[in-house]
Amino acid sequence: MIRLQSVTKVYPTSARPALDNVDVEIEKGEFVFLVGQSGSGKSTFLRLVLREEKVTRGGIWVAGKDLTRLSHWKVPALRRQIGTVFQDFRLLPNKTVAENVAFALEVIGKPRHSIAKVVPEVLDLVGLAGKEDRMPNELSGGEQQRVAVARAFVNRPMILLADEPTGNLDPATSVGIMRLLDRINRTGTTVVMATHDSHIVDSMRRRVIELEEGHVTRDQSRGVYGYSR
Amino acid sequence: MRWSFVFAEMRQGLRRNLTMTVATTLTITIALVFLGFAWLCHAQINRTHDYWFGKIEISVFLKQTSTGPQQEAIEHELNSLPQVKQVFFEDRSEAWVRFKKEFAKSSPALVANSSEAQMPQSYRVKLKNPRQFNVVAQAVQNMPGVDQVAAEPDALKRLFSFFDRLGQMVLVAAIIVLVAAVLLIFNNVRLAAYTRRREVGIMRLVGASDVYIQSPFVLEVVACAVIGSALAVGALFLIKLFVFDHGIGYAFNTNLIDIIDSGTVIEAIPYLLFTAILASAVTAVGTLQRYLRV
Repeated sequence: MIRLQSVTKVYPTSARPALDNVDVEIEKGEFVFLVGQSGSGKSTFLRLVLREEKVTRGGIWVAGKDLTRLSHWKVPALRRQIGTVFQDFRLLPNKTVAENVAFALEVIGKPRHSIAKVVPEVLDLVGLAGKEDRMPNELSGGEQQRVAVARAFVNRPMILLADEPTGNLDPATSVGIMRLLDRINRTGTTVVMATHDSHIVDSMRRRVIELEEGHVTRDQSRGVYGYSR
Repeated sequence: MRWSFVFAEMRQGLRRNLTMTVATTLTITIALVFLGFAWLCHAQINRTHDYWFGKIEISVFLKQTSTGPQQEAIEHELNSLPQVKQVFFEDRSEAWVRFKKEFAKSSPALVANSSEAQMPQSYRVKLKNPRQFNVVAQAVQNMPGVDQVAAEPDALKRLFSFFDRLGQMVLVAAIIVLVAAVLLIFNNVRLAAYTRRREVGIMRLVGASDVYIQSPFVLEVVACAVIGSALAVGALFLIKLFVFDHGIGYAFNTNLIDIIDSGTVIEAIPYLLFTAILASAVTAVGTLQRYLRV
C-alpha cells in the first residue's frame, strides 16, 4: 500500500536530510505508529506520502502509484484515496459539522444526493449523530477531532494518515479517538499515525516505526513507544 | 463538476471582499472607458476620412496671365502623375457659376462687386488617395502659370489632427489604467487566496482538482470584468452623446464631418468585453499559479 525504497529527502533550506535512505513497506490494512522526536522526519514521511513534497532520491509507491512519476494533475486523484487528520483539526469555523464533512465531497464534485446519504452515515460512525448542525466552536476538542476524522473517512479512502491526532486532547478523549481509528482500521483501511503519545502506543500494541534524525532506528510489529522512556 | 458549488463559493468571495470587488470593478470600468474612447476617436477619423475620400480634390489655380502652352504643360504633368485619378478643367464661366452659388446668400455684396473676368481658371484634380495630396501639389506648385494649389479644407485637417492626438492620449491613459487594473486584480486574487487558505488547504488535502480550487477565484474576477464592461459601455454612450454629438458639433462645422452613431459604440462592446475578460482571467490564473501551488 505504501512503499519507500531508499528514500532521501533534503529540503533546500537544510543541510541535513529530513529522511536519509529510508526503506519502509506498509501493507494494506496495517495500523502503523510513526514515532520519534520532533524533527526526526515523521511529518516529512507523511508529506511525501501525500505528495506534498517530492523525494530527493529513491522510490515511493502509494496505492499502486509511482509518486516519482506521478504528473501534477494526477495528484488530486491520489489524495482522494488518502484521508488526513491533523493535530489542529483544520475545520472550517463558519460551516456546521455536517457542512464541514460535506465540503470534502463537494469539492471533489460528488453529486448532492450521494452527499446527503453518506454524511449522516459517517457522522453516526464517529459518534456525532444528532450534532450535525452544531458549529465547530460549540464542540469539545474531542468532538472536533471526530468531525475531522469523519471528513477524512467520508470518501472511504484506502489510507488514513494521522499527524498527532491526539496531540491537543486529554488522555480520556484520546482513547476515544484511538478507538475510532482502530474501528476505521478494521474496515480494511491502512492507518499511519505519527505520535508522541507513549501511553497510546504502548496500549495499542501495533507496528511501530521509530525515526531518529531521518533514519529508521526501529521497525517492530506489536511494538511499544520506546525503551528509553 | 458541480457548478452550483463553484458559483456559491464565488458569490461568497465577492461579498467577503466587497471593497476590493468594487475597487477592481471600477478600475476595470475606467480602463475600458478610456479604451473605448480611443476606439471611438479612431472610428471618427476613419469615418470622416471615408466620407471625404471620394470628395477631396486638389484645385490648381492658374494665374490670369497663364498662356495656352503653360496650361497644356500643367495638364500633361497632372495626367502623368500616378496618384491622379481624373483631371477636369474649370473655365471662368464655370468658376463664376460656382462662385455665385457659394456666396449668393452669405455675401451678396461680394457677388455684386465681382465679375466673370475676375474668376481664376483652374484644374480640378481627383486623387486616387486623398492623403497623397502633397505629392501632387509639389509636382505642379512651381510650374509657370500656376498661382496656387489648394486641397483639404483646413477644418478637416484640424479635425484629423484633433482626433489623432485625442485618440493617442486616451490610448496611453487606457494602457496606464489597464496596468493599474491588472495590478489590482493580482493583489485582489492574492488577498482572496490568503483569506481562504484554510478552505484551499482542505480542498487540496481531500483531492479537489486545480480547476475546482481555482475557478471560484477566476470567476470572481471575471464577474468584476463583466460588470465593469457593462458600466463602461454605458459611459461610452454618454461620451458619444456629450463629446461627439454635442461637443464636436460646437467645435467644428458639422457639415464637414459625419459623426459616429450608436452602432460604433455597439461594435466596440465585444472587443471591450473580450479584452476585460481575457486580461482579468489571465491575471487571475497567473497569480494563482504563483500563490496557490498544489
